[in-house]
Amino acid sequence: MINDLILMNGYGFYVWSSFSFTLLSFCYLYFVTKAQLIKEQNKFLKKYSNLENNKVNVFKEQRTLREILIYSNISKI
Amino acid sequence: MINFVDINKFTFRAQKYVLFLFVIVLSIGLVEALILSPEDYKQSDSVRIMYVHVPSAWTSLGIFFSIAILSLGNIIFKNKYYGLVAKSLAPSGLIFNIIALVTGSIWGKPTWGTWWAWDARITSMLILCIFYILYILTWRIFENRQNVNKITAILSILGLINLPIIKFSVDWWSTLHQPASISLAKSSIHSSMLLPLLIMTAAFVLFSVLIFLMKYNIELIKIKNKGLDRL
Repeated sequence: MINDLILMNGYGFYVWSSFSFTLLSFCYLYFVTKAQLIKEQNKFLKKYSNLENNKVNVFKEQRTLREILIYSNISKI
Repeated sequence: MINFVDINKFTFRAQKYVLFLFVIVLSIGLVEALILSPEDYKQSDSVRIMYVHVPSAWTSLGIFFSIAILSLGNIIFKNKYYGLVAKSLAPSGLIFNIIALVTGSIWGKPTWGTWWAWDARITSMLILCIFYILYILTWRIFENRQNVNKITAILSILGLINLPIIKFSVDWWSTLHQPASISLAKSSIHSSMLLPLLIMTAAFVLFSVLIFLMKYNIELIKIKNKGLDRL
């Protein structure tokens, strides 16, 4: 059963390399994008934490910003 | 008109649900494609490559079509969000295009006896890949927003002309690549093979939605970062 699955009637190399390439491409794109997202979130949070209080109040009213902060690790709101 | 504020709210919340759904659908799809589906009477087990090759080609074509329509919308309605959505779709489209080319090449070796042929279908897919690369590079190279919008719109419209060529190349020319087995009206594939193909297609679409949401959120945060710089 396991041997059949691995060998695939002699086509195992072709089938497994196709599926592996696809899944590795998925992982690569997901983790690269995730890293970019975390980097931008951290950059944003760093800038945001340095804001003066009156400017923070102006930004608190913006809905998109609220969403970014809610789904980031640290929240000031 | 679409309310983009609500869409922004949605993109942040939907990410984890889409990831969860993607993992489940992909797991079912892999079990169906690698274990449960039968081998082909002619191609034997090599037919299983179809379950990654065909969905990736379909998704790649669908994404480029969406990019072209959104780029046109960006130029006509002067709405920056159309460009932003199109830009966020491009990376997953390129990855799917590369997967279609590579898995097609791997499938070609046992089926046709060669890794590559300058066949009409394969060459037109390679041209689409070049359009994707040019589209992504344009966003990276040019700083001026108006220039980027114009160039990306021209690129995507030129690329759009290539889509029917890809679709009908197997009918118009004598190609190594087999004609389409599935259309909206009918399918010549047995249901035991059609089911895993559709499940894998759903998984691939979910993955492209996931990457789109993440990329779109990155763009939103970048905009907000610029806003903070201006304060």
